[in-house]
Amino acid sequence: MKVVVDQDKCVGAGQCVLLAPDVFDQRDEDGVVVLLQEFPPAELHDDVRQAARVCPALAIELDEQ
Amino acid sequence: MIAVVGASAAGLTAAQTLRREGYTGPLTVIGDEQHMPYDRPPLSKQVLSGVWEPSKVSLPSTVEDVDWKLGVRAVGLDVGGRRLALSTGDSLDYDKLVVATGVSPRRLPSSLAGVHTLRTLDDALAFKEELAAARSVVIVGAGFMGSEVAAVASSLGADVTVVDPLAAPMIRQFGPWLGDLVAKLHADHGVRMRLGVGVSGLVGSGRVSAVELADGTSLPADVVLVAIGSVPNTSWLAGSGLSLTDGVDCDSLCRAAPNVVACGDVASWTHPVQGRRIRVEHRMNATEQGMAAARTLLGKGSPYSPIPYFWTDQYDVKIQAYGTFPVDAVPSVAAGDVGTGRFAAVYVADGRVTGVVGWNLPRETRQLRARIGEPA
Ligand SMILES: Cc1cc2nc3c(=O)[nH]c(=O)nc-3n(C[C@H](O)[C@H](O)[C@H](O)COP(=O)(O)OP(=O)(O)OC[C@H]3O[C@@H](n4cnc5c(N)ncnc54)[C@H](O)[C@@H]3O)c2cc1C
Ligand code: SF4
Repeated sequence: MKVVVDQDKCVGAGQCVLLAPDVFDQRDEDGVVVLLQEFPPAELHDDVRQAARVCPALAIELDEQ
Repeated sequence: MIAVVGASAAGLTAAQTLRREGYTGPLTVIGDEQHMPYDRPPLSKQVLSGVWEPSKVSLPSTVEDVDWKLGVRAVGLDVGGRRLALSTGDSLDYDKLVVATGVSPRRLPSSLAGVHTLRTLDDALAFKEELAAARSVVIVGAGFMGSEVAAVASSLGADVTVVDPLAAPMIRQFGPWLGDLVAKLHADHGVRMRLGVGVSGLVGSGRVSAVELADGTSLPADVVLVAIGSVPNTSWLAGSGLSLTDGVDCDSLCRAAPNVVACGDVASWTHPVQGRRIRVEHRMNATEQGMAAARTLLGKGSPYSPIPYFWTDQYDVKIQAYGTFPVDAVPSVAAGDVGTGRFAAVYVADGRVTGVVGWNLPRETRQLRARIGEPA
């Protein structure tokens, strides 16, 4: 799984960090998402998928190839 | 066949969830707008300010095998007979139904040109065009929508006045303490607020020229935005037998009737933790409740118990809120400092934290979310 984030769309909701804190963080100043791992390990995939789904800005894209 | 009425955030998510959770039967999504699903929060922000091309708001509507019926309105429902009546004159038999018809803006009685509301992409584009030529803009209503649009309109160079009968902007959402800070933010940017006074009428011949207030003053206006809240889109459900006291009334699993669920802005449900009926007009709820309602239809439901999340952007300030803000809740600063323009406050009612509001302090606000429900 490859994770791509669109910082331009992100609204800083932090839902991704709540669900997968090992994969996502937020910038201090404006809360915009920071990707910690582009290729997260398999045991985190479910959490990452859930984060992509609930992100209110749909700023997280997953390439499941 | 599962039918979804409403082709926006909640309806789309419900359709996606049905497929993801293994439903392989026929699926029809009915939406009265001509557009494929798109996102609304950027309409009053990036679209109105011109930072985004309108096409950027489209939602990724990749759901396998959907029969999209766009530009079609559901006009009636027979719950017992499991049948929808459509604006095309056809009827549609379903096995299970998702109601996701959202809300519509409340309007002022007026047929004058230049008077706008803002809910759809078409609304946003029409308003944007008139805003570009306007000198004086009057915004009726100082809720989050009126406040956001005031920020954008003034940054585009218009002379902006916001009118509201309440004492501060966004007071319904977050009370007078935060409201006063929002009022000051707008004052610092040259936006005038006429608070504590209602609108008595819109005047003009053919096109609006002024807004008259209850105290007798008249505000000149080239363009008016009416942002005075919204009404759930349930008129098509009249006579269906569904309970409609606050939108579509649902139980804690988002069920409105056997084989009928509702989600998003149109749905109210009994929140299992709060123990009362609530209806949430927030973007993230449309997604979360769309998922929850779809799972219920497939027999995999559980009580829907979210911590609501909301944000609004005004000038360079991002306000974020988790939880709920009852009128009697008392705010206190828990991180940062109001004076520096970066802070987070917790709201306490009945001895417990009910919600957190952050003002340009996203990380700490998120961290404080964990305190919701705890004793203060
Ligand atoms: C300008 C704007 C800015 C916003 N900004 C924010 C924000 O910053 N943060 C935040 O949290 N939330 C924000 N929101 C709220 C958020 O967009 C909504 O909560 C969300 O769109 C709700 O989704 P929904 O699918 O329930 O309803 P809607 O998006 O309203 O979709 C309902 C759809 O159903 C269609 N429909 C209605 N009746 C029928 C019928 N009888 N037959 C067929 N189709 C029908 C409607 O045309 C509409 O397309 C904003 C909303 C607006 C309008
Ligand atoms: S959930 Fe989405 S909007 Fe929120 S911080 Fe993560 S990427 Fe950004």
